[in-house]
Amino acid sequence: MGKARPAAARRKGPGAPAGAPGGRARPNPNPFEVKVNRQKFPVLGRKARHAVGQPGVSRARAVQKRTQTLLKEYRERDKSNIFTDKRFGEYSSNMSSEEKMVRRFALEQQRQHEKKSIYNLNEDEELTHCGQSLADIEKHNDIVDSDSDPEERGTLSAELTAAHFGGGGGLLHKKTPLQQGGEEEKPRSRRELIEELIAKSKQEKRERQAQREGALELTEKLDQDWKEIQTLLTHRTPKSENRDKKEHPKPDAYDMMVRELGLERKAQPSNRMKTEEELAKEKQDRLQKLEAARLRRMRGEDEAGDARKPKHLSADDLNDSFVLDKDNRRLLSYTDGKMSIKEEQSREASDGESEEEQGEDPSEEDPGDSSDPEGHSDLESDAGSEEDRGWPDREPRPAPGERMTSDGHKARELAKTELPYTFAAPESYEELKSLLSGKTMEEQLVVVERIQTCNHPSLAMGNKAKLEKLFGFLLEYIGDLATDDPPELRVIDKLVVQLYNLCQMFPDSASNSIKFVLRDAMHEMEGAIEARGRAVFPGLDVLVYLKIAGMLFPASDFRHPVVTPALVCMSQLLTKCPVLSLQDVVKGLFVCCVFLDYVSLSRRFIPELINFLLGILYIATPNKHSHGYTLVHPFRASGKNSELLLVSDQEDTATWQRRGLSLGWAGGLKAQTKTEANHTRLSCLAVCLALVKRCVLLYGPLPSFHTIVRPLRALLTEHLAGCGHPPELQELCQSALADMEKQEQCCRPLVCEKSKPLPLKLFTPRLVRVLEFGKKQGSSKEEQERKRLIHKHKREFKGAVREIRRDNQFLARMQLSETLERDAERKRKVKQLFNSLATQEGEWKALKRKKFKK
Amino acid sequence: MVSAAWGGGGGGMERDPGPEGARRALGRLLEAVLASRGEANAVFDILAVLQWGVGGPPATSLFPQSEDHEETQEAVRACSRLFGALLERGELFVGRLPSEDSVMAGSQGATRKYKVWMRHRYHSCCNRLQELLAHASFEVKELALSTLMKFVQLEGAYPLEKPKWDGCYLFPRQLFKAVVEGLLSPENDCSLLLSRFREYLEHDDIRYHVMRAATDVVGRVADRYPEVPLTFWNNAFTLLSAVSLPRQECSFSTFYVKHVELSSTWKVVHLKEHRKAFQLMWLGFLRHKLPLSLYKKVLVVMHDSILPHLAQPSLMIDFLTRAYDVGGAISLLALNGLFVLIHQHNLEYPDFYRKLYGLLDPSVFHVKYRARFFHLADLFLSSSHLPAYLVAAFAKRLSRLALTAPPEALLMVLPFICNLLRRHPACRVLVHRPLGPELDADPYDPEEEDPAKSRALESSLWELQALQRHYHPEVSQAASVINQALSVPEVSIAPLLDLTAFEVFERDLKKKGQESVPLEFIPAQGLLGRQDDLCAQHFTLS
Repeated sequence: MGKARPAAARRKGPGAPAGAPGGRARPNPNPFEVKVNRQKFPVLGRKARHAVGQPGVSRARAVQKRTQTLLKEYRERDKSNIFTDKRFGEYSSNMSSEEKMVRRFALEQQRQHEKKSIYNLNEDEELTHCGQSLADIEKHNDIVDSDSDPEERGTLSAELTAAHFGGGGGLLHKKTPLQQGGEEEKPRSRRELIEELIAKSKQEKRERQAQREGALELTEKLDQDWKEIQTLLTHRTPKSENRDKKEHPKPDAYDMMVRELGLERKAQPSNRMKTEEELAKEKQDRLQKLEAARLRRMRGEDEAGDARKPKHLSADDLNDSFVLDKDNRRLLSYTDGKMSIKEEQSREASDGESEEEQGEDPSEEDPGDSSDPEGHSDLESDAGSEEDRGWPDREPRPAPGERMTSDGHKARELAKTELPYTFAAPESYEELKSLLSGKTMEEQLVVVERIQTCNHPSLAMGNKAKLEKLFGFLLEYIGDLATDDPPELRVIDKLVVQLYNLCQMFPDSASNSIKFVLRDAMHEMEGAIEARGRAVFPGLDVLVYLKIAGMLFPASDFRHPVVTPALVCMSQLLTKCPVLSLQDVVKGLFVCCVFLDYVSLSRRFIPELINFLLGILYIATPNKHSHGYTLVHPFRASGKNSELLLVSDQEDTATWQRRGLSLGWAGGLKAQTKTEANHTRLSCLAVCLALVKRCVLLYGPLPSFHTIVRPLRALLTEHLAGCGHPPELQELCQSALADMEKQEQCCRPLVCEKSKPLPLKLFTPRLVRVLEFGKKQGSSKEEQERKRLIHKHKREFKGAVREIRRDNQFLARMQLSETLERDAERKRKVKQLFNSLATQEGEWKALKRKKFKK
Repeated sequence: MVSAAWGGGGGGMERDPGPEGARRALGRLLEAVLASRGEANAVFDILAVLQWGVGGPPATSLFPQSEDHEETQEAVRACSRLFGALLERGELFVGRLPSEDSVMAGSQGATRKYKVWMRHRYHSCCNRLQELLAHASFEVKELALSTLMKFVQLEGAYPLEKPKWDGCYLFPRQLFKAVVEGLLSPENDCSLLLSRFREYLEHDDIRYHVMRAATDVVGRVADRYPEVPLTFWNNAFTLLSAVSLPRQECSFSTFYVKHVELSSTWKVVHLKEHRKAFQLMWLGFLRHKLPLSLYKKVLVVMHDSILPHLAQPSLMIDFLTRAYDVGGAISLLALNGLFVLIHQHNLEYPDFYRKLYGLLDPSVFHVKYRARFFHLADLFLSSSHLPAYLVAAFAKRLSRLALTAPPEALLMVLPFICNLLRRHPACRVLVHRPLGPELDADPYDPEEEDPAKSRALESSLWELQALQRHYHPEVSQAASVINQALSVPEVSIAPLLDLTAFEVFERDLKKKGQESVPLEFIPAQGLLGRQDDLCAQHFTLS
């Protein structure tokens, strides 16, 4: 194959006739001009570019090119004046010569027109038609000798055209005298002609009208016939009954029908509506995907950071400000008219409900949630939904801290109706506080929502920063609400939803704000530890922040920039803060609950929590033997707080009923009566036992579970032995103990994972992939590129040098020929002179000789 | 004596009101006394003002109470100048001081009488100043102290006792002991004054004499009181711990009392004598029953600033073993001193490791001296000649304790355990027992006090396996090390010893993770969360 191609070229070469010299693409060059570069070895896949050459031809081409460029320049080297060709479009190749002519003519005309004086109004240019002046045609109206326009088309009749424009209807005009024959030989006057024309056209019009009327009548008749047949065809009695009524608007109805059919909008092709199942499936798929991502983070598999996740989140619907769409609607409903407060409230309530419902759905569908410990979650969620239904009823009531008289309520109502619809985003925390202070819970929520709506990032440039700041301010506001006395936890409860939405929009700034408040809390605690060696339980705000952090961010991640510090913070609360009062117990138990909620999905082990529960159980134990367990740091075996949770009053024990602990009380300073305090103690103990039970469930599968719960077990048996508890607590104790017993202990000896055996050193030769022959191998891409460029530069340089040399040679040749020419000329002239002189001399001599002869 | 002086010179003072007036009056008296011996009785007036500072002004005083301190200071300054000048001039009696009455009644020369009389005044002045060391105002105290020290210096240069032989070393021991006694007050907290006194301790002779005087005073005070007050112990400890000897022998040249030439026969120029005095001082101090807080303080500085300077460190053994048996934090602290003795002074301590093993209880992770304890434990367990059962018992015990430890301690103790396993390959069965039988229960006995009988070698470190599920990512990673075969080089735990929770927290905060923060996808509903959350189950918002 490699050999065949040059052979074919060669065969083809001689066969082709020789083309004109100097031509570029000559299929048949002169065989005597062809020079063949013989190849030593045929190489597969190599293009032979210089196998055949025509040195003579290419040299001639070069010389020609030089004469056209270099020589020209050389000859004009000392000349400074230039000849410019200003003919229009002389050198533009994209104009045909006719076009050029037309444009040049137009230019010429224009130039002529412009030349005349602007005051010379009369001197118009003469208009012509078929080379004759139009003025002449006006004068001689009957000279219709033009033979053009033989065809009969157009609405105007030929005579009319001829009469009005003088030309065109030559043939017809010639016919008319034939028709009228001998009647009137003499040419009619112009007036007569026109009258005749008018009459003729009127008649024509009449005829046309009559024809149209006839057609109409026929159509109507046809319609009637059709109607009759139609009634026969369709045996519909109502139609036939209605016929006489509809007789008059019948054509209209028909038209309407036709138009309707014609104009009906064509159905646009769109996405198929999704069925219920598909929607549900889509939702579930999305949740599953999110859950899978969560699980991956929980196991810490993508510690190195994966770039896919943020994309995934940004594509998420949740990020698309799903609440804000709703808010927009609400804003519209507010702006387009007066809106009564009732409506507002009901909408609010329904919104709240729908949100709760929305929130509940995922929790039911969440595969992670429906694991075995929450087997009874169905029952609970039912109960919860009942409670939810009760919520909106409760909501309109004022917050507990804001009890007021009916007068005050009315005034509040008035003020509420005057709530402005737009709010500027607050620039500082004080601004936000002044906006929100003195308002009821609902109003505060409305204000916050409106701030968000009015400053949606899609509306203006700086809104994003404003809303980012709003998150920080809201957080601070929540902290203030939590430290108030009494703490307004219901408002916080509602604001949390807003925080969640804001957080979904701005994860980075939200995480920074949360980090900031956490660092503040930790810093304070660290200061207290350094100053006094121990810290006190912080206010409710820190606890609320911790809880919120767990709701905004996935608490189950292996490592998370916000959650991990929050976990350390909680661990500090449980290890560094001694329990000094009943409120501390409540706070500590709340921290425990939050802690366990954090790890409820990831089931991670928290040693501090076990220690804390042990301590709480200890301070509730009546007769201490302190056998089988040791207390750790914040708790002491003896001291004034070692019997903090002990209830000695039998009556209180009997009247106690299990209730949830009041978080508000823990933050406030309200004193309790002795009975209340005792009840709270028992409730604390109940919560503690429930948490112990939960821990047992969570940590059951851990390898050294029994070692972990051994102290707890010892204390629980003591509790049971004490017998001072109400029966409910006894049951809790027993069930917790039973759960502990149930866990199987398996002590399988530990075995390290087998490490990969190290491969032996092998002596196989190193193989290098050869990509292309002839190229330099074995270097990096950049190196190859560099080499390629160097090579190219060298080649170009050589080429340029060669060109310059050839140019010089050419010029030298030209100069030489010029010199030779000049010399020849001179020689010729000198010769001529000598000739003439010789002739003169000869003549003179001849004369002299003549004279001399004479 | 003092009351007599009262009668003699009470009228000599002119009563100008205000401190300015007092100073001028005192200045005039001073000039008069220094100018001629005939005016010597004016000394009584100066001493009277000084006396007010000690006992409060008499009822007839015109000076207001508020300016009392300045008045006293003026008097102290005046005394300082007066007796300073007299000491330099040699106008005080030299030698054993006879009683005033006998000299006055005798028929010696007027000059001698004057000198003896003046020496008595000087004596009472020093007594007053010593009493002023317990004054309420710090300025007065400080001034009194510096005046007394000035007298010490001058008295050293112009001794008031005759040298027993030529070149004999003379130091105003009586006066100096009075100063030290004033400093070690059983009633008042003198820490400020003692910190002022510290700068005198840079002088070698002062240091030497302080050590001797302190030994004396401590012994006397402890004998005097049946129940020695805490303030005295605190004062004594502050003074004693301020004494620091130079590490190696060098020529003592910084003397407070200037001497023309130093003689090598003086005890004060030898480090050995200093060390003896130092040892005596501390042994005398530690012989008594100290309060617990002081125990800790002493033990904290023991290894660093006491033991190296003792002439015979082994004398501390009793103290240290007693402290080691106390238990708790004190035992932890005593370890350090014991280590020095074992390491450098060849102490044979029976059952040392057993006691160390006994020290390991859940509180070690929470005490203040955690870093020091684990540093020492690391040292003790660094020997490769320890039996495997012992190391295994330690590893097992530590991992048991780790189940109750906070994260910052776990970050330290997990590498610690792994280091133990690396050092002692025989203990690797704790994490790698390929063909072991499955057990019903952990064979390890946590109650057993003897590590040899704890059966730790038959067990495995399941606790570490449990900690792999710890909530903190770094702890979890540290515990996961045992899943693979342990790498050969040990992990240095030195930077982890002092790790606090706050540092861990800060590190977590600053850690740059992925570029965007993952978010929770289940929408929040309220503060207490969903219905199945624990918070919602057990807490209400009201």
